[in-house]
Amino acid sequence: MSTNLAPPVSDPQNLPPTGDEAAVVLPDIGRDAEAIYVAPNWKLVWWRFKKHRLALVSGIVVIFIATIALLPEFYSTLPPHESDSIRSFIPPQRLRFFAGDGTFLYVQDVKGQRNQKTLMMEWVPDEEKIIPVKLFARGFEYNLLGLIPTDIHLLGVENPDSGQKFHLLGTDRLGRDQWSRLMFGTRVSLSIGLIAVMLSIFLGILLGGISGYFGGTTDLIIQRLIELLQSLPPIPIWMALTASLPRDWSVEQTYFAITIILSLLGWTTLGREVRGRFLSLREEDFVVAAELIGCGKPRVIFRHMVPTFYSHIIAASTLAIPVMIINETFLSFLGLGMRPPAISWGVLLQEAQNLQSIALAPWLLLPGLAVIITVLALNILGDGIRDAADPYS
Amino acid sequence: MTSNTEQTTNSTNGHPLLDVKGLKKYFPIKKGFFKKTVGHVRAVDDVNFFIREGETLGLVGESGCGKTTTSRCILRAVDPTGGRVLYRAKSGATVDIAQLPASEMRRLRPEMQMIFQDPFASLNPRMNLFDIVSEPMFVNGIKSRSERADRVAELLQLVGLRPEYMQRFPHAFSGGQRQRIVIARALALKPRLVVADEPVSALDVSVQAQVLNLLLDLQEQLKLTYLFVAHDLSVVKHISTRVAVMYVGKIAEIAPTDALFNTPKHPYTAALMAAVPVADPRVRSKMIPLQGDVPSPANPPSGCYFHPRCPFAEAVCKQETPQLQEIEPNHFVACHRAKELELDGISAN
Amino acid sequence: MNNQQPLLSVRNLKTYFSLDEGQVKAVDGVSFDVNPGQVVGIVGESGCGKSVTIKSILRIIQKPGKIVDGQILFRHNGDSMLDLTQLNAQSEQMRQIRGAEIALIPQEPMAAFSPVHTIGNQIEEAILLHQPVSKQQARKIAIERLREVGVPSPERRIDSYSWELSGGLRQRAMIAMALSCNPKLLIADEPTTAIDVTTQAQVLNLLRDLQAQHDAAIIFITHDLGVIAQIADFVVVMYLGRVMETGPVDDIFHNPQHPYTKALLKSIPTVTSESGSRLPTIEGAIPHPFNRPAGCPFYPRCIEMMPGTCNTSTPSLQPVTDTQSASCFLYHKQTDDE
Ligand SMILES: Nc1ncnc2c1ncn2[C@@H]1O[C@H](COP(=O)(O)OP(=O)(O)OP(=O)(O)O)[C@@H](O)[C@H]1O
Ligand SMILES: Nc1ncnc2c1ncn2[C@@H]1O[C@H](COP(=O)(O)OP(=O)(O)O)[C@@H](O)[C@H]1O
Ligand code: SF4
Ligand code: SF4
Ligand SMILES: [Mg+2]
Ligand SMILES: [Mg+2]
Repeated sequence: MSTNLAPPVSDPQNLPPTGDEAAVVLPDIGRDAEAIYVAPNWKLVWWRFKKHRLALVSGIVVIFIATIALLPEFYSTLPPHESDSIRSFIPPQRLRFFAGDGTFLYVQDVKGQRNQKTLMMEWVPDEEKIIPVKLFARGFEYNLLGLIPTDIHLLGVENPDSGQKFHLLGTDRLGRDQWSRLMFGTRVSLSIGLIAVMLSIFLGILLGGISGYFGGTTDLIIQRLIELLQSLPPIPIWMALTASLPRDWSVEQTYFAITIILSLLGWTTLGREVRGRFLSLREEDFVVAAELIGCGKPRVIFRHMVPTFYSHIIAASTLAIPVMIINETFLSFLGLGMRPPAISWGVLLQEAQNLQSIALAPWLLLPGLAVIITVLALNILGDGIRDAADPYS
Repeated sequence: MTSNTEQTTNSTNGHPLLDVKGLKKYFPIKKGFFKKTVGHVRAVDDVNFFIREGETLGLVGESGCGKTTTSRCILRAVDPTGGRVLYRAKSGATVDIAQLPASEMRRLRPEMQMIFQDPFASLNPRMNLFDIVSEPMFVNGIKSRSERADRVAELLQLVGLRPEYMQRFPHAFSGGQRQRIVIARALALKPRLVVADEPVSALDVSVQAQVLNLLLDLQEQLKLTYLFVAHDLSVVKHISTRVAVMYVGKIAEIAPTDALFNTPKHPYTAALMAAVPVADPRVRSKMIPLQGDVPSPANPPSGCYFHPRCPFAEAVCKQETPQLQEIEPNHFVACHRAKELELDGISAN
Repeated sequence: MNNQQPLLSVRNLKTYFSLDEGQVKAVDGVSFDVNPGQVVGIVGESGCGKSVTIKSILRIIQKPGKIVDGQILFRHNGDSMLDLTQLNAQSEQMRQIRGAEIALIPQEPMAAFSPVHTIGNQIEEAILLHQPVSKQQARKIAIERLREVGVPSPERRIDSYSWELSGGLRQRAMIAMALSCNPKLLIADEPTTAIDVTTQAQVLNLLRDLQAQHDAAIIFITHDLGVIAQIADFVVVMYLGRVMETGPVDDIFHNPQHPYTKALLKSIPTVTSESGSRLPTIEGAIPHPFNRPAGCPFYPRCIEMMPGTCNTSTPSLQPVTDTQSASCFLYHKQTDDE
């Protein structure tokens, strides 16, 4: 018997040829076999995700919306709170190209006119006057990301000193520019969604993980807590909690309070899922194997268990954000969430609540479209991530 | 019961590496809102056996009879409800694994490793081959990457895989190759005892022989001791020195392989053998089926657990639980009528 | 019994799954006959196309899958041979054949019974679907069938749900349901893989007895050579979607011709083999269906592989002895390539 560790089955020349026995073949992602064999999981997920065109497009839309949430000042044309009661209910002014005088980008100016029959003030296009517009124009001053002072905006009038104004999405009752308000509303609505989801995920993973990994009495208590929270009807609870927020709280205080209220009830679903994953993973052979080779508890949890549901959590949170956004919009729409002077999609829609404004100024409903686009894009993106992460389930 | 085993362990030649005495594992059955315990699944119910150094003990039994639970108790992957698992460590000291504090258990881990049934579930899909096979060394103090890489290459060759595969992830491998990876990881710490829980059951028929041969070769080279769990009698017969037959959480019979297969003493062992479909169309009529079903370990019958199905059952079998006794040298049987019964073994075919 | 004319004749059956990634040739030119009253065992390792073959016969192939070529000739009424591939899978005639003339015992009895209806309801429903009897008569037939397959006190058990039964009883109930309409052909897809040896022995004995009583033909699918040796009269050995060898069970086990059959038989441990000995092995593993080798599907693992022949063209299934056929160039030169 040889004492060195010679291969017992067959000599190296007779070993199976490389690459003919793969258990999983991913011919669809157009890589050669060896690239697939050495690809870590996130790469496989990315390759699969790229095949999903609609999800890819949704991803780009989401990234674009995220930049709005980060830089609403840059995207807006006017300060969102600047009101001008004379200029109320101006309809959207479309961007136009190539005016007769050679201006590349412009909008048609509007003029006020009294309707002979209703005697109401109406805005009609002023055929004579155009407002030249340019990209990266100067406008009101702000701090980019709260840090860099600047006055550059994506769009603005060519000549800032002329006092000209234009409203891509029209104006509201107080003559405020809807486009700019929508940009600022995006920041608030999206960030409430994101922070609320991150809070729920934190709570969900923490409590679900504790519950699932340690089991026993801890698990029992957390499980009962989850059942209790889940048995509460969410809408009345939210309404009661938000309605009880002091009226005199500042915008920031309400903002954080609402975020916390939303996530307090939102973490239970994720917590359940994480617990389920932990419970089943604890029985998985590779986790048992890790314990048997002497890995300590932290290593078992963070090196072996948690990585197997990263992608799952990313997908779940992508799908949870739109729910949070809708919840916030809904609460604010009812006047229970964010309140003016704060701007969120719900607040904007609340202002379009009465019949008069729907008839008179239907463009005030446009923030609803923003909600729909965002929710759809996030949902498609989340589905795409989930399918790519878990193609066989 | 245990006293019998103790006597014989002393009387047999070759010291046992592992001596399992009165091992029990009960899983509580919980019901209702407060998860009250309403009963127990007696997955392992007073199991006794020993394994000598360098031998292979085969553990057979039907699905759900407690094989996996027994093997996990031995490695303390689950905490036993009762009993002792005496292990003679490399240091020479005999320790009771069932009672060992976690810190000391971790120090003992390198000496005993496990091979799993499902090669698709036993490798972490997020780690490549190098990380998988070198992790045991890493967590046990070998931090130098190049040292580990050398050892991984050596181990991969040992189990018949190319060292170039080191950067690949498990999804690049078929079932048989994955089982080789699992074996390489188990061998990384130079264990003495390897518990293999149905290591070939999930493999394709044409690949099973490769893995069985590999296990036999490795045992010879590395002087390994195996506890080999299987439900397939042919596989167990092929690889084992001695065989233990389990039925509803208890050991029915333990004997050297040939003795067990040629002259079974327990009616259940004989029935199991008669039920094995022989891969020869000329020996057909031999397949005598046992009537009835395996009882639930949550609610086992009285007396001998086998009595509702046993063609030889008598009044005493319904009342008294038979104890494991050595009725011939090295041949242990738990049956009231073991001495008088003449049962057919395999060679009768 | 007319043994000259087969009950079922599968001719060059090809069933492919067209996926975005390419074609999986799950069944690629399979031919075999089933005579009345015969037990034909189809044996092969996982993924070799056993289930797809019988799903093709029953015309229950799921969507991306399609029968692209071949004939499935079934003796429908008297002597006329009906080509099942020409029927609409959902047509009335096919539905009558499925269940009434060809019945299936599926691999997973747990999944085959609905958990919300009693087994009695489900067996009665199958009877009422294919036979002109009243509800009471159907119930009587169902009880009779359950008694026949050895379910104790069938009058009581008929009202239980499938999840209340043990594995063995559930499998028996499944067989009772398959037998309920006196099919001419019974197809059993790995009926014993999910159950234990002692229960397996019960089920095999039961199938043998029933086969003798009803004189039905059986197609029995398994990957277990022991089971095949015990139950089959005639054996079809499959590998990677193709038939490697066919022959009477005794010849297959005692005089195998094809290198795959020979190697497979040598590589399995048996209760009579010597402990601790090394088994002869088949090197390598079954290729993934996307990486099917060109030529003989077995050539990468075949010790008798002839370079230039085996890896370039595909041998066709030809008679090699009085009773056996094999697809291997050791015996003939015929290929299946166009
Ligand atoms: N975590 C658990 N909780 C409750 N019951 C359990 C648990 N693990 C095992 N059991 C029960 O213990 C008994 C023995 O289980 P074990 O897994 O050891 O059987 P086995 O012989 O390995 O079967 P198989 O061949 O199906 O793997 C079974 O009845 C099983 O249902
Ligand atoms: N629905 C399906 N879609 C794609 N491929 C399939 C499908 N069903 C079966 N196959 C493929 O067909 C081949 C044969 O499968 P099957 O007949 O189920 O094998 P077995 O012999 O184990 O029963 C396998 O390669 C399998 O991957
Ligand atoms: S003790 Fe009695 S019932 Fe049990 S196996 Fe022996 S003879 Fe049979
Ligand atoms: S055709 Fe060639 S490769 Fe295929 S089985 Fe025959 S000898 Fe082997
Ligand atoms: Mg098991
Ligand atoms: Mg199958």
